[in-house]
Amino acid sequence: MDTGFRIHPEQASTAAPQVDALYFFLLGVSIFFTVLIAGLIVYFAIRFRQSAKTTRRPMEGNMALEITWIVVPLVIVTMIFFWSMSMYYDMSRIPEDALEIHVVAKQWMWKFQHPLGRREIDTLHVPAGRAVKLTMISQDVIHSFFVPAFRVKQDVLPGRYSRTWFEATEPGEYHLFCAEYCGTSHSQMIGRVVVMPQAEYQTWLAGGPKPDEPQAAGEALFARLRCGGCHGDGREAPKRGPLLAGVFERRVPLQSGTTVTADEDYLRQSILRPDARLVAGFEPMMPSYQGQLGEEEMNDLIAYLKSLGHAAVPAGANQP
Amino acid sequence: MSDTTTAHAPSTLVHQFDDIEQQRLADTMGMWLFLATEVLLFGGLFTTFFVYRSMHHEAFIAACQTLDMVGGGINTGVLLCSSLTMALAVHAAQSADRRKLIALLLATMVLGLAFLVIKFSEYAHKYHEHHIPIRGMAFHFDGEEHGLDAAHAEETKLFYGLYFAMTGVHAAHMFIGLTILSILLVRALRYPTTTENYMPVEISGLYWHLIDLVWIYLYPTLYLIDLH
Amino acid sequence: MSIVEELPAVPSPAPVEVPEPNYLNAGYTLRSWLLTTDHKRIGILYLISITFFFFVGGAAATLFRLELMTPGADLVESETYNKLFTMHGVLMIFFFLIPSIPAVLGNFLIPMMIGARDLAFPKLNLISWYLLVIGGLFTTWVMLVGGVDTGWTFYTPYSSTYSNTYVMVTAIGIFITGFSSILTGLNFIVTIHTMRAPGMTWFRLPLFVWSSYATSLINVLGTPVLAAALLLIALERGLGIGIFDPALGGDPILFQHLFWFYSHPAVYIMVLPAMGVESELVAHFTRNRVFGYKFVAMASLAIALLGFLVWGHHMFVSGQSYFAGVVFSALSYMIAIPSAIKVFNWTTTMYGGTIRWDTPLLYAMGFIGLFTLGGLTGLFLAAPSLDIHMHDTYFVVAHFHYIMVGGTVMAYLGGIHFWWPKMFGRMYPESWARFSAILIFVGFNLTFFPQFILGYTGMPRRYHIYAEEFQVLNVMSSAGASILGVGYLFPMCYLFWSLKYGKPAGPNPWNATGLEWQTPSPPPTENFPITPIVDEAPYAYHHKELTH
Repeated sequence: MDTGFRIHPEQASTAAPQVDALYFFLLGVSIFFTVLIAGLIVYFAIRFRQSAKTTRRPMEGNMALEITWIVVPLVIVTMIFFWSMSMYYDMSRIPEDALEIHVVAKQWMWKFQHPLGRREIDTLHVPAGRAVKLTMISQDVIHSFFVPAFRVKQDVLPGRYSRTWFEATEPGEYHLFCAEYCGTSHSQMIGRVVVMPQAEYQTWLAGGPKPDEPQAAGEALFARLRCGGCHGDGREAPKRGPLLAGVFERRVPLQSGTTVTADEDYLRQSILRPDARLVAGFEPMMPSYQGQLGEEEMNDLIAYLKSLGHAAVPAGANQP
Repeated sequence: MSDTTTAHAPSTLVHQFDDIEQQRLADTMGMWLFLATEVLLFGGLFTTFFVYRSMHHEAFIAACQTLDMVGGGINTGVLLCSSLTMALAVHAAQSADRRKLIALLLATMVLGLAFLVIKFSEYAHKYHEHHIPIRGMAFHFDGEEHGLDAAHAEETKLFYGLYFAMTGVHAAHMFIGLTILSILLVRALRYPTTTENYMPVEISGLYWHLIDLVWIYLYPTLYLIDLH
Repeated sequence: MSIVEELPAVPSPAPVEVPEPNYLNAGYTLRSWLLTTDHKRIGILYLISITFFFFVGGAAATLFRLELMTPGADLVESETYNKLFTMHGVLMIFFFLIPSIPAVLGNFLIPMMIGARDLAFPKLNLISWYLLVIGGLFTTWVMLVGGVDTGWTFYTPYSSTYSNTYVMVTAIGIFITGFSSILTGLNFIVTIHTMRAPGMTWFRLPLFVWSSYATSLINVLGTPVLAAALLLIALERGLGIGIFDPALGGDPILFQHLFWFYSHPAVYIMVLPAMGVESELVAHFTRNRVFGYKFVAMASLAIALLGFLVWGHHMFVSGQSYFAGVVFSALSYMIAIPSAIKVFNWTTTMYGGTIRWDTPLLYAMGFIGLFTLGGLTGLFLAAPSLDIHMHDTYFVVAHFHYIMVGGTVMAYLGGIHFWWPKMFGRMYPESWARFSAILIFVGFNLTFFPQFILGYTGMPRRYHIYAEEFQVLNVMSSAGASILGVGYLFPMCYLFWSLKYGKPAGPNPWNATGLEWQTPSPPPTENFPITPIVDEAPYAYHHKELTH
């Protein structure tokens, strides 16, 4: 991390040069108009000062001028708007093949969990040259994940997943800040992002203490909470609850007549508040697990549910 | 228009206005603007309610069923009647009928009080049912009876919270309205010439109608949402 | 503009001069002030109270700017630091900026500018002042003895559930003060609609009246929604009703929507009146009619209305949808247009004028420059793709201080200097005033310009402890803040001095047009000996110059 004096942040992601291009364009526009206006008022103030001998032919209004300074700014802001929007579109679309890392934020700490289960706190290791998707949730108040060098920021909310992505380009260490004021030690809710070459990242991922893989931990939870009692164990068709194999990202018909894609938010909601969006054809009999699962356990459980997508679906299993 | 007009104006004209017409215009406009702010205040609460209603449909429907629809309905009738007596009171003031004005103001106040009595008996009922989601008070919502699990029963707190916030703010407005009416009543009893200036009655009437109108929206929103 | 009767001539020097009756010598008792319904006296009461809040809020800023000289925590702990910036924000926004120009200059001037004897509801006006003072003193007291650490934005669920500080009482204090803005706005709208002097048509109104009208519309329509949001927070904290608590299924983002629905228009409550003052200053000190008068007047209304539609640009990273981002961004760019119209028109007004380099003109020029830069940096933040990086950084802090301090405070000080002779009948010392105007301009830029760079480099706002590479710019900013602080103390001193020792001003020291200058200084309680009749457009300097 370069801690010297600087007036411009490092560029370390694919978004950074694009954001900077628009920034420098706007900087140019700002300097032009500030200098124009400031120059004109100083020039007028001197040229038309009370003691000056000059011709004073004041105007009271001029439709052509008014239209000019309505149209010219309109053209400029329209241009900025479309430029910014095309970029914003790319920034809000998360690449399909992105590497997914789970983030749990709490006062005043960042917890990360990598695909194979390696966990870390306040330091995030990511590979260079690969899109990384963050699925984030907060345990308490609103936080905001902010890496200036990547030009990325996303609020992390309690009770719902928020997502963002970036593709780091330059190996190195960068600041990670919490940008949304979150209480006493807000300014200490900081960390670093370590960008490593792909291969090095793979080695790092395999190293360290060997925790349970998220889906293994999730499977244990699944057993401990006796989810299989109703949802079956994946080998036979469940009797009372919907089949969970392959549930992730499946279109699920609901009691209300609509359908929903079973994404992480839906799965999370169905665990915490099961009959909020009940699957069509089932009784509202599942108990709520509100207060029984931490956010990290929830991540594990969902990781397990996602892994069931690869399990064999028994023939004739009831399709919710 | 000079200062001399002020001297000949009726005693109810205050110094900053040139004539009584200007004063009436200002008073009425001021009250209408104030009513606009009230609409926006309740608008914020209604928005919150509708957002949550769509987010927590089941809990809101179940909780709504525990409200006293009949009591609320009677209250709606009571308030509609009070609006009528208020409108008649304004008419009486305009036609300088002091006795009728006093009678109608009294009738409006009685109806307003009746509304509050019914409202507070509803609150008392909620208290006995443990439906008040306030810290330090036992809250219990029988989820099974309404086909809700524990988490959903918990969500009915949102409904009751908003129910008490919205009807509470409305009841506070009723208190203010009753205070204004009692001032008008005292004024009408003390000064035989009170009807020379009917503006206070007229603009208070506007305020009273707004409180009624808010209730006309509150009642279906809170009590009748489960009806399809 | 003319009045029917010439003002009575000043009597020749007499051994004992009996002052003419005016609003200041109408009574000297405390009671005569605290129970006054005279809009001019109420204006002065506001001037005194908001000056108090300004210096308390400024003291908080001084402390945390000192703290920010170094990256570590040297002067205060994090708890204290968080309370300080909250106190600064709450006091400056709700108790200084929002009432500043409307309540002080608006109260004092609007009735005089339209040729009325008072506002439509003088008692209500006094009540409004009491509400501000009660709310303000209550809030200040709570902040000094206990403190609040949520920031002025009160984001849930931190404010509603997690903060251990005095959130509920602060919310109540602001709630009370909200009624002050609502009632003042209501009073202004009714007054402007119903009490204009004969001949004072809408397009003969001074632009200050137009912008006050637009501001009042926002006050009346926006403040109640903030009241609703604060009420719900107070209920949640006080009674435990979990409206915004996600644990109960509440939505913390809903609070942000309610909050910004008011608080973005509130930005225009703060800056629109400043634009009005700016129009007056530019016209009077260049002795020109404001260029494109109707465009400037209509731009105020456009800003007031569009201001209600752009709140979502505070929430680009809150997780709102792509579509919402597009809409709010487009609307935010639309609002740049009326602002640009105003800046270009003021600049062109100077062309061909007879420009007097008095202090109010210096403030007016400072306003145009700083507001332009503040507005242009808004273009960065209205682009979601840039705002993702800049949101909640010092760039935002710098941007809104350029508008609020560079814009509003500059215009407020310019207006105070311009109308000071009218308020108190005395001139302020010109050279001291010019010197402090320049000092404030330099101090301001040194304080806030580095913050633009800090923000883009990545320093988040509300950071007590920060990374080392940000120190140089923070030191510059703190140095600027000390200059700015001294700059604000000067006017405080010499204006106070001038009350007794200033040169008597006479009814119209600037030889300006406008009804307020057609009456003695200080004005009599009834403002005008005779109700004026208006027969020409405002700022009729060319006409005036010809007749002289």
